[in-house]
Amino acid sequence: MHAPLPPPAAPLLRLAQVTKRFAAHTAVDAVSLDLASGEFVCLLGPSGCGKSTLLRLLAGFETPDSGTIHLDGADLTALPPHRRPVNMMFQSYALFPHLSVAGNVGYGLKGLGLSRAALQERVGGLLQLVRLDGFAARKPETLSGGQRQRVALARALAREPRLLLLDEPLSALDRALREETQGELRAIQRRLGTSFVVVTHDPAEAMALADRVGVMERGRLVQVGPARTLYERPASRFVAGLLGDVNLIEGRLGPAVPGAVRSVETALGPIRAGGEGEAGAAVVVAIRPERLGIGGEGGSDATELSGTLAEATFLGDRLRYRVTMADGTVLRASAPLPITGPAPSVGAAVTVAIPAESARILPA
Amino acid sequence: MSLFARATLVLALAFLYAPILVLVAYSFNASKLVTVWGGVSTRWYGVLFADGPLIAAALVSLKVALLSAAIASVLGTLAALALDRHGRFVGRGAYTGLLYAPMVMPEVITGLSLLLLFVGIGLERGVATLVIAHATFATGFVAVVVGARLKGFDRTLEEAAADLGATPARVFTGITLPLIAPSVAAGFLLAFTLSLDDLVIASFVSGPGATTLPMRLYSQVRLGVSPEINAASTLMIATVGLVVLAASWLTARRGRGA
Repeated sequence: MHAPLPPPAAPLLRLAQVTKRFAAHTAVDAVSLDLASGEFVCLLGPSGCGKSTLLRLLAGFETPDSGTIHLDGADLTALPPHRRPVNMMFQSYALFPHLSVAGNVGYGLKGLGLSRAALQERVGGLLQLVRLDGFAARKPETLSGGQRQRVALARALAREPRLLLLDEPLSALDRALREETQGELRAIQRRLGTSFVVVTHDPAEAMALADRVGVMERGRLVQVGPARTLYERPASRFVAGLLGDVNLIEGRLGPAVPGAVRSVETALGPIRAGGEGEAGAAVVVAIRPERLGIGGEGGSDATELSGTLAEATFLGDRLRYRVTMADGTVLRASAPLPITGPAPSVGAAVTVAIPAESARILPA
Repeated sequence: MSLFARATLVLALAFLYAPILVLVAYSFNASKLVTVWGGVSTRWYGVLFADGPLIAAALVSLKVALLSAAIASVLGTLAALALDRHGRFVGRGAYTGLLYAPMVMPEVITGLSLLLLFVGIGLERGVATLVIAHATFATGFVAVVVGARLKGFDRTLEEAAADLGATPARVFTGITLPLIAPSVAAGFLLAFTLSLDDLVIASFVSGPGATTLPMRLYSQVRLGVSPEINAASTLMIATVGLVVLAASWLTARRGRGA
């Protein structure tokens, strides 16, 4: 289903048709993905979609039933975790409770033949990187959630992996800290040039962090691309709904015409939207609430429909509208504040403009 | 706590501990007659420490307890790890049952079967057979204690260590073992006290020159209870009590953080 992307010149990581089954359940289903060196990729999906299993396959805690995993051209598929140049940051952080912060961060450096002084210097540098200098002697149980998260990150980065895997790295933090940490994570990744694969169920986090987002649905990687592409040009209703609120209007696709814009017959009348498909196919028109023009400001190629404003909610930075159309369909719209011109009043007749370039035709 | 609950508790404790308290009190009796109070004295402790055969028996008991507890700790820990780590292998239930069976087996049967075995294979009875016998029945206890700790063990810690390049052997010695160490130590102490207390199995498998403290006390009591026995028993109660306290402290400590 996903649009084929041109593979990077020499991918750092290449997953080819990787499949993992647990009894009758296929957790990861024929996933193929290339990752460039220095790239930040988020795997996004609801719980149980197979994203964590995919991460565990990369780390080596699970072995695929079929398919191959290559890193830098070398086959990793059958290597045990301790022989892979890949490190992982666990969702629970998995800090060793009997070791100090320095002991945790330095754990992966033992056995690399470093002198005591060199090891201490490396640990010191890593603690500085995550802004935890002075915490070296502390035990994990004495740290706050945010500090533990940073110890886990420093520990995972200690061996300078080519690829770092992060399983829901921010899910245990509260909201304010999460946004701050997103920026830090991004900055550290840029500075080190390490490739990151992050698993998350939070679309806002995926969009904030990643160069590319891969959406997983029931074990399959259904669409991969930059967050903006996934948000504006989703390949399916699932992807459209996962990345944000969306209005879905069912209909039948009209005949093919030159150009990218087609007409869809819906209960609200014909709607012009972008996309492909066979004439007569059952489709949905997907339109984001913020792309709907209330009061008829839809640009040159917009479908204008009339309805009644049922509700207007003040949300601080924007107004959220609910508009009841002639057939009873409710469309959700939102407008950034402050709005120009007179605000429509509840109960009044309004014109809803659907700009063709923002409306997508998706398989029903 | 209500008056009734308090009274019940006191009665129950009295029921459990009155005999022991009487024994401890009489060990400080100056009188030569066990049941006649003749004033406070530590004279019987002096007699006790001058009693060569009794001291020798105590040393045999200590040696057997330390060795058998060490063996049981290793075997019990390995058994608990095997049962915990290898998922649902064929015969898992049977193995678990076999491991726990010696704990509920009547000691007379365990002792008799071990005696038959030792005689059958021609092993001379002595300290070695005592150690083997005590390790046999204590292994199950250690496995239970360590197994309980492993049930709550966070396996992602082991995965994290492997992910950081540690070989399976380093994961075990550096992560798993230090974290389950309190339960292994608790199991060791439990095995130690079980061995120290045992009379029945020891009577079957011990030989000449390997008389344990309970065996020695029992044979002396058959000739009549002397105040010296009271003193020896008091010391044993103190030793076992201390060890049990240490074991429960170790077991409680594992709940916090570690």
